[in-house]
Amino acid sequence: MKKLINNPLKVADELVEGLVDAYNGECRYVGTRSIIKSLIPENKVALLVGGGSGHEPIYHGLVGRNLADGAACGDIFAAPPPNIVFEATEAVNRGKGVLYLYGNYAGDVMNFDIGAELADDEGIEVRTVLIWDDVCSAPPTQKQNRRGIAGLVPIVKIAGAASQSVETLAELEAVAKKAVLQTRSVGVSMSPGSIPATGKPTFDIDPEMIGLGMGIHGEPGVGEIPMAPADELTPRMLNYIFEDFENDDEVEALAAGDEVLIFVNSLGATTMMELLIALRAAKKCLTEKGIKIYDVMVGPLVTCQEMSGISFSITRMDDELKKYWEMPCQSVCFSKMEGRYGG
Amino acid sequence: MAKESLSINEVRDMLLAVADKIIEAEPILTDADRALGDGDHGVGMERGMNAVKEALAGNEFPNVGKVFMAMGMAMMSSMGGASGALFGTLFRAGGKAIGDAATLTGKELAVILKEGTEGVMTRGEAKPGDKTMVDALFPASEKAQEVADLPVSEALAAAAAAAAAGRDASEGMIATKGRAKTLGENSLGKPDAGAVSVAIIMATMSDYASA
Repeated sequence: MKKLINNPLKVADELVEGLVDAYNGECRYVGTRSIIKSLIPENKVALLVGGGSGHEPIYHGLVGRNLADGAACGDIFAAPPPNIVFEATEAVNRGKGVLYLYGNYAGDVMNFDIGAELADDEGIEVRTVLIWDDVCSAPPTQKQNRRGIAGLVPIVKIAGAASQSVETLAELEAVAKKAVLQTRSVGVSMSPGSIPATGKPTFDIDPEMIGLGMGIHGEPGVGEIPMAPADELTPRMLNYIFEDFENDDEVEALAAGDEVLIFVNSLGATTMMELLIALRAAKKCLTEKGIKIYDVMVGPLVTCQEMSGISFSITRMDDELKKYWEMPCQSVCFSKMEGRYGG
Repeated sequence: MAKESLSINEVRDMLLAVADKIIEAEPILTDADRALGDGDHGVGMERGMNAVKEALAGNEFPNVGKVFMAMGMAMMSSMGGASGALFGTLFRAGGKAIGDAATLTGKELAVILKEGTEGVMTRGEAKPGDKTMVDALFPASEKAQEVADLPVSEALAAAAAAAAAGRDASEGMIATKGRAKTLGENSLGKPDAGAVSVAIIMATMSDYASA
């Protein structure tokens, strides 16, 4: 794999420097490796996201207008260490506390928790909401073992909008928790990405097979199945989401009349052409169930280098989530105007 | 000749020897982690130990605890991931617990291992038998409590032997936490890479104190 990089060990630092350049003054580089909005108003409840690098444009590309205030960036596929989390926390804090919102991976949880302890030593209040949308990574009774995947984009978008108008950290935490609870994702992996420093593939898979529910770093999912056409694979994948809403005691089953946001994500190499063909199949599948598509996102936003594969994320919307969704936002990762398509 | 205690500078040099040994063992740790995890443990530990060398080499410390804490902070800040948080917690919590001790005796060793192990178990939500680094640490800590009155060289030798036995025992465990938890029974037959690292750290400390 040809990669346009310099020193393989400096990839994470240099990509965040480039990201700051892409923001053209809107954001700045802070401390060891964080990206922070240049202007954060006093008394704003702060939203901090973060995770391993190498999945661009998330998480650090979600810092921006009506989005996250900052991101703590780890090395390639590794959680940010506590000192980075702490530096980012200090930089976004405006006296009203900081919400940590990130994917549920053991390394991230431990490092952000230590970061929160360091922040507590300095009198900064921190609360944490974990993103665990991958329905194939554990049953609904074991959400603590679930991974966070592409559903993070609508969740961070909604929380970012909410962080503009809430008065307290507790209110922001409640909105973020609701967005997480109503968001479920399912993915398939078709071929691996490669680790920039070594060039080695992140996992091995038979060229004829695809990994159903496999994680974005190649973590095991439901199992391997033969490659299938989009119209066959899509209902099979979405069914895991429908079943999950049905089997989870904490939410109602998805029902006719429900309004959902659907996000079709590419893991990197899968093309827009394929995403659109999958979206077409997903729309048919949802329409058959009487579920209304409230808004649509399509694109490669949660990636793993040149990995091929797609994921579907479904967020069930209510009036509160719609209010925050319809606010405009702008960042390198995701921008939208006020309102919604078809609205 | 048994050594009763180690001075602050001897502790520093002992931990520098640990750093060199882990860097040398990178291929072993990489292979161990590739079998059950994502294969980055060796490189992560190597990065952490290079940071440890930078933090310790040639520096003077006011007490023994601060040497261990500097090691933990260097690992935590440089490694990232779960390993950085856990090994960092081991040395930081252990070092913090012995206060301003001017020497390392069997008693301080017992406190470091007890508090460090508890810190790791709390942070990682792991217990003995989960097939993690705890399976080498916990027996080493238990043994260190028993032999706390022995000279430090003998206490370290006993704790290192317990860690090695724990590492070997992890081969027969089915992972329920940590790097191999999704492999179920397929995790049988190989040791946990974190337990391998713990055994190397303890063995190197023991070798230094006995030399």
